[in-house]
Amino acid sequence: MSASPIDRAAQATPKGLARRIRGLSDRAIAWLFVGPSIVLLLAVNIFPLIWTINLSFTNFKANRLREAKFIGLRNYERILTDTDTWNSMQATAHFLFWTIFFQVLIGFTLAYLINKKFKGNDMWTTIIVLPMMLSPAVVGNFWTFLYQPQIGLFNYVIEFFTGVDSSSFSMIGDVNLAPWSIVIVDTWMWTPFVMLICLAGLRSIPDSIYEAAECDRASKWRQFWTLTIPMALPFLMLAVLFRGIENFKMFDLVVQLTGGGPGSLTTLTSIDLKREAFEKWRTGYASAYAVILFVTVFGLASIYVKALNKVKER
Amino acid sequence: MSGFSVTEPSRRQKWIAGVLVITYALVTIMPLLWIIATGFKSPEDAISYPPKVVFQPSLEGYVNLFSSRTRITESMQETLQPAETWYDQVARDSGTVIVGASRYGQRFLNSVVIGFGSTFLAIVFGTTAAYAFSRFKVPLKDDLLFFILSTRMMPPIAVAIPIFLMFRQLGLNDTKLGMILLYTAVNLSLSVWLLKGFIDEIPFEYEEAALIDGYTRFQAFYKVVLPQAATGIASTAIFCLIFAWNEYAFAVLLTSGNAQTAPPFIPTIIGVGGQDWPAVAAGATIFLIPVMIFTILLRKHLLRGITFGAVRK
Repeated sequence: MSASPIDRAAQATPKGLARRIRGLSDRAIAWLFVGPSIVLLLAVNIFPLIWTINLSFTNFKANRLREAKFIGLRNYERILTDTDTWNSMQATAHFLFWTIFFQVLIGFTLAYLINKKFKGNDMWTTIIVLPMMLSPAVVGNFWTFLYQPQIGLFNYVIEFFTGVDSSSFSMIGDVNLAPWSIVIVDTWMWTPFVMLICLAGLRSIPDSIYEAAECDRASKWRQFWTLTIPMALPFLMLAVLFRGIENFKMFDLVVQLTGGGPGSLTTLTSIDLKREAFEKWRTGYASAYAVILFVTVFGLASIYVKALNKVKER
Repeated sequence: MSGFSVTEPSRRQKWIAGVLVITYALVTIMPLLWIIATGFKSPEDAISYPPKVVFQPSLEGYVNLFSSRTRITESMQETLQPAETWYDQVARDSGTVIVGASRYGQRFLNSVVIGFGSTFLAIVFGTTAAYAFSRFKVPLKDDLLFFILSTRMMPPIAVAIPIFLMFRQLGLNDTKLGMILLYTAVNLSLSVWLLKGFIDEIPFEYEEAALIDGYTRFQAFYKVVLPQAATGIASTAIFCLIFAWNEYAFAVLLTSGNAQTAPPFIPTIIGVGGQDWPAVAAGATIFLIPVMIFTILLRKHLLRGITFGAVRK
């Protein structure tokens, strides 16, 4: 982060002026202002994180009084060799890939269309945005009603357009459909997020570039692929970063929709972790699991941010 | 201007774009309209086939949401006094009598208290921290800012394990205070990042003038910066409030009876043989409408809020 004009202005404040200021020194105010936030974050974030790392080397169970025993890397070894872990990783990967794929595809298309500036586009944009602001747990729960065989609105709409009997399939009960049922709801909810970021990207492209391309007789198709897409790419990549992190953490929506079922088909890592920590009460094991997840998301995000910065520099 | 621009879309293009976007908007808004409609359906209408678009409105869902009832037989109904209130009457019509209030009101109130409490704290701490990050040389500034952001990358369940143990030790499990502190900490990352952006945009010259006029730093912050950052603070506050309002993972793990908020409660509203959908929909409607209104008010700052200030229009 480079120094903003304000920082420079602050540094350029003459010494004499600073001396004339009564009351607390700037340094004291700075610490007074930043202090409470840092203390709170230390107490609620850093301290628990260190505790988690500690617990991850023990066989502690939070529902027992028994003293925790140090067992080294045994938890990590068990997690990484457990097929359940890999199944949930696979479910998460499927969920991540397809939600991002559909959200980018639909979100970018919508942004492109809205950027045509038809009359009333502001109002319709606001309506499209509504789902993403709502409580995923409450909305996810209601989607189980929409997904009900026969009486559900979703199933009825499918029957209406395709003729498939609405009582003949269950989106969240069927082994083949369940992984898609969560992709559909997440896409419904979060496409507007990608759309908004893409729209900002498209609006940031100056008209003059298109005018120049027009003078060079570049076709619209060519303009789209050589101007629009590359210039909107940093924004698109940012949207993917946000969605990636959010969906890696995904819990509320899916737990309400499918509860991880049928079987363990939609058991994302967060749901798996919740079972280990708060149902089986294997606290030490779950702590190791949490550390693995955190390292994964942090590592992937850092690599991705590096790539994003490269694209931005071009 | 000749009235011709190569970058302005043609009328036909605008028309096609408009039709496609409006179609998408109508489809995407359907589930939300369905929630609102289901809240006003009788249980029979709610589960009819084909799904009913036109129906006789009923307040049974709302009455069921706010009350607990017991089923009575017809012969018993005849021995009762006539219903005194309209909601008693609604309950009688479905063969039940109201025996008390449900827990929804209290859960909703918890959401309000925890939401506003944590938002207030996140804004107070966030504004001061953002001001310091924006105006002063804070040692390790970039690292601290990144550290504040990184706290949002952890899965809530992973964070909940040690928080649960810590709260148990401190007696904060299932208390409103515990939830307020937790949500404040989670929201701090958002409020610091957003508010730093808003304060960065206020020219330093105003404060400089105030300082020369003999204001102290604190007075300059209080009387010059705060009023100018008011819009930014208000929209940041709404984002914090929406997060706390919608949060589910921490709430379901760390609260049970006393401090439970509405999101974990609404899915547990059950009637005879499964979920009481009109009551669930009624509860969801009351819970979701405030956020819908906030979203409309916030539309100009929406993008900034959801990207932690990374994208500014």
